[in-house]
Amino acid sequence: MQNKSKSGIGAFFSRLVRQQYFIPLTALVLLALFNLIADPAFFKISITTNSAGNAVLAGTPITILDYGSELAILAIGMTLVTAASKGQDISVGAAVAIAGSFILRMLCGGDSSSSTLHMPIICAFLLGCVVAMLFGAFNGVLVAFFKIQPMIATLILYTAGRSIAAWFNNNELPIIKDATFSYIGGFIPGVPIPTPFFIAVICVIVITLVLKFTNLRLYTEAVGINENSARLNGLNPAAIKILSFVILGLCVAVVGLIKVSRVSSINYSVIAKDIEMDAILAVALGGNSLSGGKFNMATSIMGAYIIQFLTQTLYKYKVPSEALPAYKAVVVILLVVMSAPTVREYFSNLMKKMKVKEAA
Amino acid sequence: MLRCALLLLTENQEVNEGVSENVVLKMRNIHKRFPGVYALQGVDLTLRKGEIHALMGENGAGKSTLIKVLTGVYTKDEGEISIDDQVVAIHSPQQAQNAGISTVYQEITLCPNLSVAENMYIGRTAGIGQNWKKVNADAEKILQSLDIPAKATQQLSSCSIAVQQMVAIARAVDMDCKVLILDEPTSSLDEQEVAKLFKLMRDLKARGVGIIFVTHFLDQVYEVCDRITVMRDGQLVGEYVIEDLPRVQLVSKMLGKELDDMGDISSEYQTYEHKEGEAPVFEAEGLASDSGIKPFDFHINKGEVNGFTGLLGSGRSECVRAIFGADRVTRGSVKMNGKPVKISKPIDAMRHGIAYLPEDRKVDGIVGDLSVRDNLILAAQVLKGFLKPFSKAEANKFADEYIKLLSIKTASADTPIKSLSGGNQQKVIVARWLLAHPEYLILDEPTRGIDVGTKTDIQKLVLKLASEGMSITFISSELDEMLRTCSRLVVMRDLHVVGELTGADMNQSKVMSTIAGGEKKNAE
Amino acid sequence: MKKKLALMMVAAMTMASVVGCGGGSNDAAPAAADTETEAPADTAADTEAEAPADTAAADTEAEAEAPAASGELIKVGIINNDPNESGYRTANDADLKATFCEENGYEASFAYSLKNEEQINSAQQFIQDGVDYLLLSAADTSGWDSVLQDAQANGVKVILFDRTIDADPSLYEASIVSDMRAEGDKAVEWLKSQNLDEYNIIHIQGVMGSAAQIGRSDALTETAADEGWNIIVSQTANWNAEEAQQIVQSVIDSGESFNVIYAENDNMAQGAVAALDAAGITHGVDGDVKILGFDTNKFALEELLAGNWNYDGQCNPFQSSYIDEIIKTLESGGTISEKTIIMDEMGFDAETITQEDVDTYGI
Repeated sequence: MQNKSKSGIGAFFSRLVRQQYFIPLTALVLLALFNLIADPAFFKISITTNSAGNAVLAGTPITILDYGSELAILAIGMTLVTAASKGQDISVGAAVAIAGSFILRMLCGGDSSSSTLHMPIICAFLLGCVVAMLFGAFNGVLVAFFKIQPMIATLILYTAGRSIAAWFNNNELPIIKDATFSYIGGFIPGVPIPTPFFIAVICVIVITLVLKFTNLRLYTEAVGINENSARLNGLNPAAIKILSFVILGLCVAVVGLIKVSRVSSINYSVIAKDIEMDAILAVALGGNSLSGGKFNMATSIMGAYIIQFLTQTLYKYKVPSEALPAYKAVVVILLVVMSAPTVREYFSNLMKKMKVKEAA
Repeated sequence: MLRCALLLLTENQEVNEGVSENVVLKMRNIHKRFPGVYALQGVDLTLRKGEIHALMGENGAGKSTLIKVLTGVYTKDEGEISIDDQVVAIHSPQQAQNAGISTVYQEITLCPNLSVAENMYIGRTAGIGQNWKKVNADAEKILQSLDIPAKATQQLSSCSIAVQQMVAIARAVDMDCKVLILDEPTSSLDEQEVAKLFKLMRDLKARGVGIIFVTHFLDQVYEVCDRITVMRDGQLVGEYVIEDLPRVQLVSKMLGKELDDMGDISSEYQTYEHKEGEAPVFEAEGLASDSGIKPFDFHINKGEVNGFTGLLGSGRSECVRAIFGADRVTRGSVKMNGKPVKISKPIDAMRHGIAYLPEDRKVDGIVGDLSVRDNLILAAQVLKGFLKPFSKAEANKFADEYIKLLSIKTASADTPIKSLSGGNQQKVIVARWLLAHPEYLILDEPTRGIDVGTKTDIQKLVLKLASEGMSITFISSELDEMLRTCSRLVVMRDLHVVGELTGADMNQSKVMSTIAGGEKKNAE
Repeated sequence: MKKKLALMMVAAMTMASVVGCGGGSNDAAPAAADTETEAPADTAADTEAEAPADTAAADTEAEAEAPAASGELIKVGIINNDPNESGYRTANDADLKATFCEENGYEASFAYSLKNEEQINSAQQFIQDGVDYLLLSAADTSGWDSVLQDAQANGVKVILFDRTIDADPSLYEASIVSDMRAEGDKAVEWLKSQNLDEYNIIHIQGVMGSAAQIGRSDALTETAADEGWNIIVSQTANWNAEEAQQIVQSVIDSGESFNVIYAENDNMAQGAVAALDAAGITHGVDGDVKILGFDTNKFALEELLAGNWNYDGQCNPFQSSYIDEIIKTLESGGTISEKTIIMDEMGFDAETITQEDVDTYGI
C-alpha cells in the first residue's frame, strides 16, 4: 500500500516534469520560497494614499504585478511571432519608443509643453496602435516576403526606431500635464490596483478568446512547424507571419501607452531599453521553443511575471549595480537550461529510475 | 529473467551453429520501450561477413527502432550487441561508428554545398590541418574503386540523388565499417540507379562487409539479398535463407496472416465507363507551371481513376502540382464541371473541391509536432475558415472516426504525428483530405515508403472512393499498382505528356515502350 | 599660478558664453555683435593673466577678425554623437549649429555617430575635404591617434569638446569638457548646506562606467562616507525613468524611510518622483523628500520652479562659444595657454530659481 502510493507520487512527479508549466512554476515557487524565508515582509501588502488622494494597494507583490504587466503583454505578441516565424523580433523596445512618442505627439499636438490634451486619449492610443501595427507589418513583410531571418529583419527597426521616435516630436521631450493620462500607468481614482495590471488582464482575456474562437493557434503552429505543408493545406504562410508581427505591434502600442503614461513623458534613447530581451526570455522561460512551432501562451505570460519577480527580488536585496546583470544572467541561464527539452527529458528519466528503485 | 535470456541465447547459438565464425554482428534479446509503446520485445539479429541481409516488416514492426538502437540513436533497455564476438556498448552514434557500424539513410544526411571529398572526410580529421590535395586524391581512389560516377572535387548537390547516396556509402566504406546499414536507400532512385546501387552493394559484399538492407521493395530483396529477418509488432518472426522463402510466404509472414488480398486487387480490373455528355470534373488546357513542366492537356471524369506515369523526374508530380496550384501556374486554362475557374494557389483548388496528397510526406505532408488530430482536421479547418474553428468535440469525433476507419495505429489522437510510423502518417494525411470531402483527389505516391499492408489498404480505398463517385488521380512508382488501380494512364517523358493509354493498351509492356519512346511515332 | 590663470580664463569665458548662448537662442545675432562683446572679454582675460605677448595677440586679433568675418569662411568639420541620444546632446547639437553658421563666418559640415569607427571614417573624410578645424566629441576614448596624426600632417587643427580622448595632447589644440565630478560636488555641497537632521539617500545611478555616472557617484559616496550620511540604496537605472521608478518603488515597498533622492540625471529623477506620487509621499520644497537631478532639462527646471524638486545641476552643453573663441584666437595667430578647459556649470535651487533661468538654461 505504502509502496503503491509512493510510486504513484513518483509517476505524478515524472508527469509533472514533462509538463511545460513545470519550469516556470518551479522558478516561481523557488523565488517565492526564497523571499518568504529571507524576509516575509516581501509579501506584505498595505494600503496607502497616493498623491492624488486615492487609497491604493502597495507592496512588492503589487509592484511585480504592475511592472510585470508590460512584459506580459509583450510576451503575448512575442510568443506568436516566435511560433510563426521561428525567430524573434528584437525591435520591440524601439517600437515601444515609436508608439509612445507617436501617442505623445498626438496628445500634445506638437507643442511639447501643452497643458491641454489635443485629442482624447483613446483616439491618440488607437492612432498609436495603427502606427505600431504598420511598423509590425513592415517587419512582417521583410520576414515573410523577403525571407530575411527575423532577428536580422528587425535589426533595421532596432537601429532606426529610436531616431524615428525622436523625429515624431522634433526631438523635443513632450510632457503631458493632464492628470487622467497618468491613470493609465498609475491608478484610476477609486481603484486600488495598478491600471497596467488591468490592461494586461484585458490583453490576456482577448488573446485567450482569440485563440479559442479562431484558428490562430492551429494556423500559427502549422506555419511554424512546416511551412510547405501549411501552404499545401491552403494556408498563406506569409499572411500568417505578418499577422503575428501585426499582433505584436498591437501589444507594443499598448505597452508604449503604459510606458509614456508612467512618467507622462518619454526619453527616446532609453525608454523600454532591452525590453525585447526580457520578452524573448519570457517566451523561453515559458518552455516555448525559440525555433517556432507549438507554443503555450499561459507559460509565456507566467515567464514575464517571473522575470519581474526576479528583478524585484534583486532590487530588494540591493544587489550592487555592477553585479546586477551578472546575477540576472546566472538565474536566467539556470532557468533556460532547466527548461531545455533535453534537460527535461533527463529529469523525467531520473524520476522514472527513482520510481523503479522504489518499486524494487 | 536472466535464465530466460540465457536460454534464448543458447537456442540461437544452436540455430547459427556452423557459421558462427563468420558472424560479424549479433544482436540478442533487444528490448526497447517508449511511453505507451513496447517497440522491441526481445529481438535477435545475426549478420554474417559478406552477406546482404534484408530486414523486413510492416511499418511499426520495429525495424527503424532496431536500426536506431544499433546505430546509437536510441539506447536499448535490455539485451546485448556484439561485433566479432566482442560485446560492445553503443550509447551514441559516435560509439556505433567506432564499433564499425555505418548507416546510410533514406534521406541524404550529407552537406549538399560541400564537395564530394569534403563530404567523405568531414568530421573525421584529427586536427585543423588538412591536406586537401591528399584528401581529394584519396577520395578519387575510393570513388574509382567503387565505380561511383562522381568527381572528388564536384559539389555534392550537383550529383544525382543516387550518386549522393553512393557517396554516403563510400564514406561509410572508407571508415572501415564492418556493418553497413542501408535504410531504404532505393526509395528515391529510378531503376538504372538502383541497378548501380546493387552493383556497389555486391562489390562491398565481395569485400566482406555485412550489409543490412531495409526496403519495402520485394523485388529488390529477391534480387540482391542472401537472408531475410522478418519482424512484426516489435517481435522477431524469424530468420530465413532467401531461397527457402517464396514471396507470398514472406508477405504473409510480414502481415501475420495468409495473404490473398493482393490477389483480390489484381482481379479487380478497372471497369470504369464514361457517361456520354457529362462534363469532366476537372479539365485543363495548355497548363504549365514555373517548375518547367511543358504545357499539357488533362481531364478526369466523375468516378474515374487515372494516373500519371513515367520515370522519376519525368514530370508526373509537377503535373499534379500545377493542377493543385502548388507551383506557380504560368499559363493554361482550367475548368471544373465545365465551368472555367482560376486556380493560382492551393486554397483556390481546395475551394473547388480538389485535394492533393503530396509526394514527399515529411517535407510537404505532415506537420510533425502537431497532434494526429490537428493534422487530420487541418485541411477541412482551413476550408471552413479562420473564424470558425471546429469545437473540441467535433475535432475529436473526426479524429476517432478516421483513426478507426483507416485503422491508424496511434497511442491517441493527441500523439504528435511525427512519432507515428510512415504508413500511419500517410493514412493520417489521406484522412485529412477525405475529411475535406473533395470531388477530385490527387494522390502523389501515397504508397511510397510504407508497408505492404497499408499499400493494399490504400489501393482498396482508392477503388472504393471512385466507386462512390470521387475522381482520383493516382501516381505511383510501382507500375503494377497503377495498372491495378487506374483505368487510364497519362504517360510522361522529360516533362512532356507523351501518350495516354486506356483499356487493352494498359499493360506493362505498352507502358514501358511508351515511356521509352519511339512508340509516339507509331501512334501518330 | 597656472591654476589661477585657468580659473580667470574660465571666468572670462563664462561671460562670453552667456552672451553667446543668448545669441544662439535669438538665432539671428549679427556677426558684428559677437566680435564686439568678445573682444573686450578677451582683452580682459589676457591682461589679467599678465602676459604681454598675449595682449599683443589680442590686439592683432581685433584687426584679423574683421576680414575673417566678412571674407573667406572658415571650414569646420564637426563630429558629434547622435543628437537623439539625449536632451543634452540635442541642445549641444543645436548650439553648435547656431554658432557655426555662415553669418558667423563658418562653413560647417556635421557628422553624427555613436560608433567610434564611423566617427573615425568621418574624420578622415573631413581631412580629405580640407577642413580648417576638426571639432570632435568622440564616442570612444581610444583609437584616435593615427587619424589625428593625419590631421596634423594635413594642417587640420583639432578641438575636442564634451569628451576627452586617450591621445597625446600635442595632437589637439584644446579640449573643452564638463567636470562631472565638479557637478556632483556642487550638488552634494548644496545637499550638505540643507542641514537635514539625518540623511537617508536613495542614489540612482546612470549607466555604469560612463563619465557622468562615475563623477556624480563619486562625489556623493565620498561625502556620504565623510559626513556619515546613510545611502540606503545605490542602484543603476541606466538613465531610464521607468527603471528609476521601479527602484524607488521597491524601496517604498520595503518600508525603509528615506528623505533624499539623488538621481544622476533628470529622467531618472522624473521616474523617481512618479513612484513617490503613486505612494503619496511628498517631495520638493515643502515635501518630505529632497529631489536632486542633473542636466537642466527644461521640464526639470520647471519642476524646480514649481517647487516639486529641490536641486538641478547643470551639465553645460553650450561649448560652441568656447570653441569659437579658440578658433578666433588661433586664426589671429594667438596661442591657447591651457589645453583643457573646464566649462563653468551651475546648480539651481528650487528656492531661488527664476523663470528667466528656466528659459535661459533649460535644454
